[in-house]
Amino acid sequence: MEFKIITTLLGILMLAMSFIAIYHKKMIVAVIATGAVGLFASIMYLFLAAPDVAMTEAAIGSGLSTIIFFYVLNRIRQNDKEGRESDEIDEIPNK
Amino acid sequence: MKKLLVLFILAAFVSVLYPLYSSFHGSTGLTEVSQFYASKENIEKVNSQNLVTAVVVTYRGLDTLGEVTILFLTAAIIAFFLKKESDKRTLRKNSEIFKTAAKLLIPIITMLGIYIFINGHLTPGGGFQGGAVIASAVILMFLAFPNMEFSHKFFESLESVSGLVYVGLAAFGAILGLGFLDNAILPLGKFGELFSAGAIPVIYSFVGLKVGAELSNILHKFKSVQADN
Repeated sequence: MEFKIITTLLGILMLAMSFIAIYHKKMIVAVIATGAVGLFASIMYLFLAAPDVAMTEAAIGSGLSTIIFFYVLNRIRQNDKEGRESDEIDEIPNK
Repeated sequence: MKKLLVLFILAAFVSVLYPLYSSFHGSTGLTEVSQFYASKENIEKVNSQNLVTAVVVTYRGLDTLGEVTILFLTAAIIAFFLKKESDKRTLRKNSEIFKTAAKLLIPIITMLGIYIFINGHLTPGGGFQGGAVIASAVILMFLAFPNMEFSHKFFESLESVSGLVYVGLAAFGAILGLGFLDNAILPLGKFGELFSAGAIPVIYSFVGLKVGAELSNILHKFKSVQADN
């Protein structure tokens, strides 16, 4: 019974986090929500008797991939800025 | 008209696939493959306390080799595209609490990762998990001490050497006539001890080192192309 309640709660949380990840306007919040989905998924794997998958999910799904998303986000923003600036001065960038 | 066509196609699918659904009935025992893995003589053959690891490393070792290859390919492509090293960044100073906590946690996380892949044949976990945990320690280091030196050469050579040893051990089994990735090339030892299950802990240690070094390299590539904005 408790197992059912906990897994249902985890599933609802995962769904809520996924909706935030898709529909939130701020990109940073969306990325963090993606990480949270991974975290809840890893707890779910632990309950479903797959501790090794839970470890992978916790380390990669909610740890490394979130950081990589942030790195990429930072890089993209910077490119955006460069593009906008070059538009304003009406010049074709050399790169 | 279009909707009618869709409905017709759906009905056709139903008529084709319904016999499969109706003829399916659940079975009460293990499947044949699981029975093979779980039978007593096969458990004694691999002599590993954690049967999942034995299946992943020996019976489905080729699959693990494929995964390692995919990860290697990913790392190679990322290294190919993210070439440009940016200039030195001016970063906000990290808080003292974060730095101290990172100093305390990095060795512990690394040790946990090494424990996970060395004990892969006894407790849940293995090379991939251990490598990922080690890489998360490395990312914590990047975040806490951004100006720290990172030796690309060392991690790359560590990755190459462990990959070579992994494939070499696998091929050694084939040369001895036991089979590719067989774990009986080393003495099987006593069931449930650290030095048991033949070559499984050795293979998994090298997989763990390889995965950890590869993920750290990928993360460092991503870090090194960051610039001020």
